[in-house]
Amino acid sequence: MMLIACPHCGPRAHVEFSYERPMDAILPLDATPQDAARILYQRDNPRGFSDELWRHTHGCRAWLRLTRHTATHQIAAVIPWPPG
Amino acid sequence: MRRFSALSLLRAGLDGQKGWSRHWRDAEPRGHYDVIVIGGGGHGLATAYYLAKTHGVRSVAVLERSWIGGGNTGRNTTIVRSNYRQPQLQRLLEFSLKTWETLSDELNYNLMFSQRGAVFLGHSDADMVKLAERGDALRCAGIDAELMTREVVARLVPLLNMSPDARFPIFGGLIQKRGGTARHDAVAWGYARAADALGVDVIQNCEVTGFVITGGKVTGVKTTRGEIGAARVGICVAGSSGLVAGLAGLKLPIESHLLQAFVSEPVKPMLDTVVMSQSIHAYISQSDKGEMVVGGDPDHYPTYSQRGSPHRIEEVAAQAISLIPAMSRLRMLRCWAGTTDMSFDGSPIIGMTPIDGLYLNGGWCYGGFKATPGSGRLYAHLLATGASHEIAAPFSLDRFERGATIDEAGAGPAPQAR
Repeated sequence: MMLIACPHCGPRAHVEFSYERPMDAILPLDATPQDAARILYQRDNPRGFSDELWRHTHGCRAWLRLTRHTATHQIAAVIPWPPG
Repeated sequence: MRRFSALSLLRAGLDGQKGWSRHWRDAEPRGHYDVIVIGGGGHGLATAYYLAKTHGVRSVAVLERSWIGGGNTGRNTTIVRSNYRQPQLQRLLEFSLKTWETLSDELNYNLMFSQRGAVFLGHSDADMVKLAERGDALRCAGIDAELMTREVVARLVPLLNMSPDARFPIFGGLIQKRGGTARHDAVAWGYARAADALGVDVIQNCEVTGFVITGGKVTGVKTTRGEIGAARVGICVAGSSGLVAGLAGLKLPIESHLLQAFVSEPVKPMLDTVVMSQSIHAYISQSDKGEMVVGGDPDHYPTYSQRGSPHRIEEVAAQAISLIPAMSRLRMLRCWAGTTDMSFDGSPIIGMTPIDGLYLNGGWCYGGFKATPGSGRLYAHLLATGASHEIAAPFSLDRFERGATIDEAGAGPAPQAR
């Protein structure tokens, strides 16, 4: 079980959140079909720290960027996304 | 290879069980092989066996980073069935199920394959419509399926909560009587023994750390036990496909997630079929030792931890107890997790990669065990001939960019939506 520190709501259980995708798999609206296929389907799938887009679905519903370790589940940073 | 039989068992019993020997050699890696299979799980060992048996390729090594069958082969809930909805998956899994049916004899190894039936429960009129549709599709494809009324289900599984007030009321079900379970470890051991007898080197404690690529073609692998040359290399490491393919500079349409499973303390026989559900994600069977084996949803985020979250344990237990209330009195003995290769359409990948001589078998999500024999046959065909078998052809790596996905759940390109 992960404890995720939502910047708006404070630390909450991870069941309130949903994982969306790695940050580098976010598709620009003007992507060509070739770029879209590459961005969507070619994943680093790292064992280590990964920047991921999550959402506080069952909380404030804000989008968040997590820097999370995929083997230890350590969360190094949570920031609102997009920032500011 | 010393053949096993009822007589040899009896003789060993009279002998004080002293005559048993290793089932396969502890092979040292040679300098070069025709084919190297990376990954000593069920799929990799099956591939090596069929390479030697069906295709006459005897110079084969299986490289396993730890011990064979120690990954997802030993972590699944052992269910075997072929009652899928998409025609490509029906062909793949039925090909596999047919192989299961004669496999213990072929390998001379008791896989404890038990065709005790695989039941999908329906909990609403809508569920029953979906089950009837699936059953029709299966029968049109020549795969056995029988729709069951509520009364038939109640007779088949008397411990189900048949009350109209049940959290998941039971309206009926769909059974595949040829479905069932098999002993997962025995699958790895049986294939290893049979492959070894045909000259395959099963090499444990040998981790692949890189590929030797010359002029865009794979010519070998680097391992913790030295460099080994090969004409063809097959990756077969579902759970870690992204990491191993990454050593060759490839990025795959796969995320690694985790799936948990649970067993209870052993009890007397209480469930003689496999119970699944159309609407909720719990699958329940009873092992031959008497343990209740339960699985559910994955945890829905990328992880290599092989360690799941308690909320999923709670959810799966709640679902199992709501279906079979008698299970509420059981103590759970163990829970564990396996790392699953989640592909972007829920279907596996069996095919060539952009690198000449390098092939991929992975992306099995959390449904790979049932496919073990079929996957091995199809991957051996690919590695021996360099061309995909017609059953494997739809599962090529480039299907995502072509838009030719095979999406059983109809959930779109999100690994966490399975």
